[in-house]
Amino acid sequence: MSAHPPVAIKEPAAAAADDSSQAALRKTMRNQRIQDFLFHKITLLFAVTVLLALVGIIVSLAIGAAPAFREFGPGFITAVEWDPVEDRYGALIAIWGTVATSLIALLVAFPISFGIALFLTEICPVWLRRPMGTAVELLAGVPSIIYGMWGLFVFAPLFADHVQPLLQSTLGELPVIGQLFQGPMMGMGILTAGLILSVMIIPFISSVMRDVFEIVPTVLKESAYGLGCTKWEVVRKVVLPYTRNGVVGGVMLGLGRALGETMAVTFVIGNAHELSSSLFMPGNSISSTLANEFAEATPGLHSSSLFALGLILFAITLVVLAAAKLMLLGMSRKEGVK
Amino acid sequence: MNPVYRKRLLAHRIGIALSVVAMAIGLAFLAWILATLLINGFGALSGSMFSLDTPAPGSPGGLRNAIVGSFLMVGLSTLISTPVGILAGIYLAEYGEGNKFAQVTRFVTDIMLSAPSIVIGLFVYALYVANIGHFSGWAGTVALSLIAVPVVVRSTDNMLRLVPNSLLEAAFALGAPRWKVAMLVRLRAVKAGVMTGVLLALARISGETAPLLFTALNNQFFSADMNAPLANLPVVIYTYAMSPYDDWRSLAWGGALLVTFTVLFLNILSRTVFTQKTPR
Repeated sequence: MSAHPPVAIKEPAAAAADDSSQAALRKTMRNQRIQDFLFHKITLLFAVTVLLALVGIIVSLAIGAAPAFREFGPGFITAVEWDPVEDRYGALIAIWGTVATSLIALLVAFPISFGIALFLTEICPVWLRRPMGTAVELLAGVPSIIYGMWGLFVFAPLFADHVQPLLQSTLGELPVIGQLFQGPMMGMGILTAGLILSVMIIPFISSVMRDVFEIVPTVLKESAYGLGCTKWEVVRKVVLPYTRNGVVGGVMLGLGRALGETMAVTFVIGNAHELSSSLFMPGNSISSTLANEFAEATPGLHSSSLFALGLILFAITLVVLAAAKLMLLGMSRKEGVK
Repeated sequence: MNPVYRKRLLAHRIGIALSVVAMAIGLAFLAWILATLLINGFGALSGSMFSLDTPAPGSPGGLRNAIVGSFLMVGLSTLISTPVGILAGIYLAEYGEGNKFAQVTRFVTDIMLSAPSIVIGLFVYALYVANIGHFSGWAGTVALSLIAVPVVVRSTDNMLRLVPNSLLEAAFALGAPRWKVAMLVRLRAVKAGVMTGVLLALARISGETAPLLFTALNNQFFSADMNAPLANLPVVIYTYAMSPYDDWRSLAWGGALLVTFTVLFLNILSRTVFTQKTPR
């Protein structure tokens, strides 16, 4: 009686229709499963491509650099000479140029970026924040070759005529530090390159700082204000400690940018393979050496040494950027907890 | 007034004043650079800049071949990097949850975003130029694509992760397969944000010089052959700016003005036109 399944009550024609719609459904589902499988694999393929690109860069640089490292050994990194005529190469001058210019850039850019981030998050009226923030970020949009031209034709002459004499007569008189400000004042050199790099990395550092300042819980800041803190004290003693990792991450990000910057540095660093204690003297960075010599390098040790320079540069920036990323990752976890 | 309070107030005022000065410095540099470009480059802007090819020193000329070459390479790179970047971004957003491989890829993409562009030029040289034996437009295109892809991947991934789950669940409840939900619901919801990423990538590669030095190199004559060295604006600007000839330098300033304002226009466009429509 009621033991019959409901299907059995149906008219035969309806049952047939139901069967075919079941079959159709099953077919659709099977198709969809295949489509989903393909979708997964296709998108995966592209993600793998992106990952392989990085591995490929490292491998190809290492292969290109192998002859140089085989010839000079690890001493390549600390050797000073760079002599295409004698076919002897060492990386120290270029590494020094890269590190010195980037450190100068950081020293100058950090306080300015901090000020800008502070201004945009705490001082600026709300309606002005967006246009002001965009204006600073546009500094990051200006192509690096433009910084180079501006640096070479506009900034360097002014720097040589007005700033360098001033530096030499003040800081240059000091013991030890004075060493850094000796020599002819021609506007080009390590110091100029560092200063132009600082302008270029300000937008990167300040936008990271602004982002991390914005995630400080309002309650924290208001508690400090409630205790009678001034705005400056709130920033120094509440916002900064809370966002320390993020700030350091932003600075490292800026450093990573400065290390690899090519065109702007090539224009103003002077391109001289000399090691000098003065920041006024021309030098060379890894990237500017590559930009100047690679296209004309003779195959063999010269081009292989350039590859080795590229590998060193890539390794340095990789470490710096990975550190920056890890610090910022800790920061965004904090945001989640808030 | 209480001396301690006076000291604190002084520190506060100095701190705030310095912050305003820092902002002013930032804006001043932007204004200075743009003013420099306008002063030096405006005179070089003329009809002949767009209708004549790069000249020998002393003869009249323009930048037509460089503009066309840049257009070709940047355009093709965008065509390549947009689908690659969007699909990789979709993978990260769709299958990235608790997936080690996706986390590594995300990390690597972030690093590639700031990796030195000259190293990417070296890579393409070793992989492509050294093997076929000559510089070419395609090599430049590949280098630019490698720079653009991470930008697109990251922005697509970030945007997709903003889509509310309820929207996706509604689509799943209707029986839609995953790929349909991902492409027709999730991606469509953040179309504007993804476009922003593409525009930012376009802006980024339009001014790139360093990776083109060893890939596309330069060509003094008009050519649309992607298998030969291809003239392009950034490298022409570089060579001409470094040259001792006044007319070449003037052309370089004109080109610089053109490139910078194109790039800044793309930047502003991506910020204003599209951001209003993205979900918050």
